[in-house]
Amino acid sequence: MPLLEIRSLRVAFDTAKGPFKALDGVDYTVDAGEVLAIVGESGSGKSVAMLATMGLLPDSATITADKMDFEGIDLRTLSAKERRKVIGKDISMIFQEPIASLNPCFTVGFQLGETLKVHTDLKGRQIRDRSIELLTDVGIPDPAGRIDAFPHQMSGGQCQRVMIAMAIACAPKLLIADEPTTALDVTIQKQILDLLVQLQQDSGMGLIMITHDMGVVAETADRVIVQYKGRKMEEADVLSLFENPQSPYTRALLSALPENATGDRLPTVSDFAEAGGF
Amino acid sequence: MEDDVILKVRDLYRTYDISGGLLRKASQLTAVKGVSFDVERGSTLAVVGESGCGKSTLARMLTMIDAQSSGEIEIDGLSIDISKTGISREMRQKVQIVFQNPYGSLNPRQKIGHVLEEPLLLNTDMPSAERRDLALEMLQKVGLQPEHYGRYPHMFSGGQRQRIAIARAIMMQPKLLVLDEPVSALDLSVQAQILNLLADLQEEMGLTYVFISHDLSVVRYIADKVMVMYFGEVVEYGTQDEVFDNPQHDYTKTLFAATPKADVESIRKRLAAKAA
Repeated sequence: MPLLEIRSLRVAFDTAKGPFKALDGVDYTVDAGEVLAIVGESGSGKSVAMLATMGLLPDSATITADKMDFEGIDLRTLSAKERRKVIGKDISMIFQEPIASLNPCFTVGFQLGETLKVHTDLKGRQIRDRSIELLTDVGIPDPAGRIDAFPHQMSGGQCQRVMIAMAIACAPKLLIADEPTTALDVTIQKQILDLLVQLQQDSGMGLIMITHDMGVVAETADRVIVQYKGRKMEEADVLSLFENPQSPYTRALLSALPENATGDRLPTVSDFAEAGGF
Repeated sequence: MEDDVILKVRDLYRTYDISGGLLRKASQLTAVKGVSFDVERGSTLAVVGESGCGKSTLARMLTMIDAQSSGEIEIDGLSIDISKTGISREMRQKVQIVFQNPYGSLNPRQKIGHVLEEPLLLNTDMPSAERRDLALEMLQKVGLQPEHYGRYPHMFSGGQRQRIAIARAIMMQPKLLVLDEPVSALDLSVQAQILNLLADLQEEMGLTYVFISHDLSVVRYIADKVMVMYFGEVVEYGTQDEVFDNPQHDYTKTLFAATPKADVESIRKRLAAKAA
């Protein structure tokens, strides 16, 4: 049984001009111990799919799916209260802007402790000890000292490490990372990606990487889903995707990479859209 | 070939004062430390570095937004030191800038036509009919339509807005264009369109670019010369081939090693290492 299995997910947003289809019948499956990358440009629905799974979309969104199972639990029928037991514990998520994801008014130790307070039986001193342990795991230097730091006293890379520490605090079975390194410098990006992959391999959790960056896909994924305008263009293991892309859209994306440039001009996706008919 | 150098920078420094408080002494931060380089007419210099390395401070000095603390800047034979001489119209016509975020760099309440005409209004005595003709011509040049003249920025996509920002920058027919991460906020396919547009404009108008970026694959594609900055200093400066094929400084090597590789060989290697 896959860890997460979603069949024919549709998401529509109410707008003044009628419903806008953000996702149009896409399937997702992730196994335990697997790294799935969902790649696409803005507007492709890659984030919407996972926000729908997490139950984080606003009321204006209409979500329908033929199946949405996490470890055999049907996520569609869960009440808000039951969902909170799963979300944040068994499924957790990290976002693009680490500094914006943390509350500036509380220390990182307090915010990390909150997750543990809600989802575990740990108390007082134990929470603090476990928090320090988690900060050590994600590679924060001097964790015992930094636990009382406020987010603005840390760099962007360190804040993202704190976010990861929060996400893995309850040993989740599935971690969803939504553009986790987009706001970070290249050298920091490398550290964060290495950390995520390391944690994933050590714990055997499933990892979903949402990204627009083909380089990040190449460096982390086992399997890749390529999306465009709310539809799945291609699904393949990472090697076949780069070696022998099937969909014209994937070919367009790969050839738009500056490192693959052959002539004087970069081919653009619209050059392919007319020929490929997507 | 001395004549071909359009931008000459010698021993440039920029120091910021950090004001003290009750518990903290006032101190100084040197964002740019003794930078020197030349850019030849019609070529592209890429400036690479992480946040905080001083690359945007450098851009601000080149575009006369900020004055240098010491050192010399010479653009097209004109010596620039705005703290002493102020800025003349002539200086403004030499150099223009395009910023990273096209959403933030356009006034939401200003129509596109007005956006494009404003540099002319401020810096030339051109009559309004002529300004309008020039704006319409420029829209076409950057791949937009004449009917976009009367629209507002929110009606455009990110890529279109970046085209508008580029059009505004070249309205004054500048010699030098400073591009501060112009494609970092854009999708891959839009990035390709904008890079193509920049290449076309360079050829057509003989523009010289100072292209600031952290994305090495873009730099490799667009640059003639590359300058790597680290904590305000230039740690590597050379032609694109020299820097990419034979990096000398440790930081440059770290930077190259950290850049994700999207070729099949690297993926194969990673998967093999994982299976082992």
